[in-house]
Amino acid sequence: MLAFALSRLARAAITILFVVTFAFIVLRLSGDPALLIMSVDAPPEAIEAFRKAWGLDRPIWEQYLAYAWHALTGDFGKSMRDGRPAIDLVLERLPATLAITLPALALKLGIGIPAGIYAALHRNSLADRLTMMVSVAGFTMPSFVLALVLVLIFGVTLGWLPASGADSVWHAVLPIVTLGTAGAAIMARFTRSAMLEVLGQPYIRAASAKGLAWWLVVAKHALPNAAIPTVTIIGFMVGSLVAGAVIVESVFAWPGIGRLLVSAVANRDLAVVQALLMVIAAWMVLANLCVDLAYGWLDPRVRSGAR
Amino acid sequence: MSSPLLEAIDIRRQYNVRTAGGVFGRKAVLQAVAGVSFRIDMGRTLGLVGESGCGKSTTGKLALGLIPPSSGEIRFVGSTLPAIGSAAWRDMRRRMQMVYQDPLGSLDRRLQVGPQIAEPLIIHDIGTPAERRERAYATMASVGLQKHHFERYPHELSGGQRQRVVLARALITEPKLIVCDEPISALDVSIQAQVVNLLLDLQDRLGLTYLFISHDLKVVRQVSHDVAVMYLGRIVETGQAEALFRAPAHPYTRALVSAIPSLGEKRERLILSGDPPNPVDVPAGCAFHPRCPFAIARCRSEAPALRRQPDGRAVACHRADDDAIALAA
Amino acid sequence: MAAPLVSIRGLSVDFDDGRRAARAVDGVDADIAAGEAVGLVGESGSGKSVTWLAALGLLPNRARVSGEVRIGGMNLIGAERRVLEGVRGKRIAMIFQDPSSCLNPVHRIGRQVTEALRLHRGMDGRAAEAEALRLFDQVGIADAKRRLSDYPHQLSGGLNQRVMIAIALAGQPELLIADEPTTALDATIQAQILLLLSRIRRETGMAMVLISHDLGVVAENVDRVCVMYAGRIVEQAPGEALFDTPHHPYTQGLLAALPTLTGPRRRLAAIPGSVPEPWNLPVGCRFAPRCPAAEERCRHEAPPRRVIAPAHQAACHFDVAGQSVWPAQEAAE
Ligand SMILES: Nc1ncnc2c1ncn2[C@@H]1O[C@H](COP(=O)(O)OP(=O)(O)OP(=O)(O)O)[C@@H](O)[C@H]1O
Ligand SMILES: Nc1ncnc2c1ncn2[C@@H]1O[C@H](COP(=O)(O)OP(=O)(O)OP(=O)(O)O)[C@@H](O)[C@H]1O
Ligand code: SF4
Ligand SMILES: [Mg+2]
Ligand SMILES: [Mg+2]
Repeated sequence: MLAFALSRLARAAITILFVVTFAFIVLRLSGDPALLIMSVDAPPEAIEAFRKAWGLDRPIWEQYLAYAWHALTGDFGKSMRDGRPAIDLVLERLPATLAITLPALALKLGIGIPAGIYAALHRNSLADRLTMMVSVAGFTMPSFVLALVLVLIFGVTLGWLPASGADSVWHAVLPIVTLGTAGAAIMARFTRSAMLEVLGQPYIRAASAKGLAWWLVVAKHALPNAAIPTVTIIGFMVGSLVAGAVIVESVFAWPGIGRLLVSAVANRDLAVVQALLMVIAAWMVLANLCVDLAYGWLDPRVRSGAR
Repeated sequence: MSSPLLEAIDIRRQYNVRTAGGVFGRKAVLQAVAGVSFRIDMGRTLGLVGESGCGKSTTGKLALGLIPPSSGEIRFVGSTLPAIGSAAWRDMRRRMQMVYQDPLGSLDRRLQVGPQIAEPLIIHDIGTPAERRERAYATMASVGLQKHHFERYPHELSGGQRQRVVLARALITEPKLIVCDEPISALDVSIQAQVVNLLLDLQDRLGLTYLFISHDLKVVRQVSHDVAVMYLGRIVETGQAEALFRAPAHPYTRALVSAIPSLGEKRERLILSGDPPNPVDVPAGCAFHPRCPFAIARCRSEAPALRRQPDGRAVACHRADDDAIALAA
Repeated sequence: MAAPLVSIRGLSVDFDDGRRAARAVDGVDADIAAGEAVGLVGESGSGKSVTWLAALGLLPNRARVSGEVRIGGMNLIGAERRVLEGVRGKRIAMIFQDPSSCLNPVHRIGRQVTEALRLHRGMDGRAAEAEALRLFDQVGIADAKRRLSDYPHQLSGGLNQRVMIAIALAGQPELLIADEPTTALDATIQAQILLLLSRIRRETGMAMVLISHDLGVVAENVDRVCVMYAGRIVEQAPGEALFDTPHHPYTQGLLAALPTLTGPRRRLAAIPGSVPEPWNLPVGCRFAPRCPAAEERCRHEAPPRRVIAPAHQAACHFDVAGQSVWPAQEAAE
């Protein structure tokens, strides 16, 4: 297990390095940073000075090492708009984003998984069909449409909940529900098919033949196996937690990372955009690492590298 | 003495694999076929038997030149097999065909069987469409299929009929050699006899030569003139089918023969202990020694060579001509 | 004769997937006496597995099961889940064809054995582990202690089947249903497992139903044989009687179609045609379309069970009196 964990850790580190390198290459490909950031008609001396200040006159590999070192230590330079370190701006917004995405995740898992399990155990029943219909509706509807529908119903028509802003706990309800609904639908569908797959396996029949009560067969034999593929989709959801909030935060004017990204792009605040991308990438890699480790923990075959 | 149609001279085939342990798993070499030699004369059948994973299918594919050997040589009608993919190789492929275990798996479900039977003619650019159709009808008749089967789809045929289709497709280019890799294992018991009889009839009529791979010793005895027994990539015993099954000489062959349940007479059993070892970790000396009830010290250190016995058989065992072993039977 | 341990009467199973209805088992009657070994042979799809899965209530819901399966006066067909759960593993245990896929891949095998021990014998902790070790010894797993903490994928097919047998023995059942226990295994391993099963039967006095498509496997390991064809038992007899004087044309055909390992090589007698599909079964005798002795009556009327000798019955309209209905085959060489 230790060797397995180490190998996955090494993989995560390599991925991060790859992301950093990729960001560097893309940045250099998009043009001379001096020209991009300074205005085109800036005097040549100013550009030269800028180059010197940022080390752009040094050999490319030296620049790369400096860049990579800074990126890995979390230094992305200062925001062009308010002069504070870009990374601080990003980290400051993180709690707000997590405040809606974590409850949304809980909603996705808390509703999606039990619904999927129930549907699988009662395959072809009315409840199963209903669950699946709702779930299809849930994940085919784009999140901004859902957001608008929810705002119309609960914010405007009924007036029960605030439609935008972040002044109270109640403001978080609609963003959370919007984010949670689609995820719960996907989760339910996925859990159901994972569960059906496992229930059809010979070892389930063999466990029943042992004389175990059905609920024990489900709890001890089916669920641990169905958890293995389900972890993938959970990992995917956790990984896209931060990035997935962009649209919903914009619609509800929620002051999280998503809003920051939108405004940083609009203002061409390169340092902040970079810091954001790195944070989002690091988050995804972390989520993936957790999935890998969970795999190893859940599935002995993965742990020993068999198959 | 007749001339060999197919001759394998010390062929080997290895695969690079990784042992368990993910990235930290160590690289290993798996000897799927570890120095196999045999010859099959025109119009004869060599049966190849052995446990799962001992290298039977790999040997079959090597014999047809479907995969290149790591070393060694295959000769077909006296000349070495041409390089895979060359024009000469494609031409050669026409004269050697393979029949696989699962007839449904080797047929295309969405195509009628007739065109599938004629397909090799198209691949090798033989005849006009009308001629191809005629050839297909003729070949179908020779394997006991009727004209109206031409338009059927694979799933509309029974297992035996499907295997006939596969055979017809193999026969249509008029090959000399057919490698049958477990051709009846997937068939119902009552159908197996149909296919076995058909294979024998075709050999009589067309003078075909077979390399017949199977783990069913009774069927191998039924169709083969000679038999080679494989264990972990090597031939441990080979000889005339009748003699080999009547009095197997190698301890492994004896265990294999005695493991076959029989109707009627109760026989003395030689039950082995343990499982076949991991093929990437073949035991030193005689690969069979950990399971062999007759192993002596020498077996653990020195690999026995395949030696010809007075009765014409060849056996790879240090104790092949030991009286003590014979008595234990 | 004492009351049988298990008695099956008129057991039928229908599968209806909405598109077509298929009768997989059709009116099977059979008795298993305590301690007896019975073979159940038949080709793929003849209903061997479904018969016993139905008896234990292990079929999916869409299977419709009718008839009776009695053990100790209790009818298992239509019985409550609790009743069935009390019989499974405890009175009737079952092992399956592909041992490696019948063990839960994420649990250690030791745990899978102790689970059965806790369930059937109320054993826990040390006691359960000690008993698991004893069972592993009994089924010939070397180095049992270390094996307990292995996962199924770390074991060979033969070892996994031994583990399955150990699990089946954990409940000290009166009857073991071995559904093709060796089909997925190599010949030399198959011989080991069959030897093990007969040794255990001697030691425990447990009855066994050995399901197989290999007449040879059955011949060597049971007292009595039932031959199934297309969902029906067409002949049942003590082993020797069945192989020496088979009375049903299908049994005769099967025997004539088998190559042998000894004796002269003769051309095999092939049964023409193929097994009927379960959604398209012939009326009358199911074997009629392939039977050389079939007459008009066979195509309309299902044959009655004819008693040939005590314990020997064949379902054929004609008493062929042990004479083969198949043309004699001359020796090939
Ligand atoms: N492409 C491959 N890559 C790696 N290993 C391989 C490959 N093909 C075969 N092997 C290994 O080579 C060995 C021999 O395989 P082969 O298929 O020839 O056995 P076989 O005797 O035909 O077995 P079976 O009776 O199961 O068909 C096996 O251990 C197999 O795992
Ligand atoms: N769950 C199921 N749904 C629909 N049909 C089924 C199901 N299980 C079995 N059958 C059908 O019932 C028939 C009898 O199957 P069964 O598994 O009993 O055959 P068998 O004699 O055990 O064959 P084998 O030797 O292949 O195991 C087959 O035609 C099969 O297709
Ligand atoms: S060489 Fe030795 S170990 Fe190998 S088969 Fe012969 S007696 Fe057994
Ligand atoms: Mg093979
Ligand atoms: Mg079955």
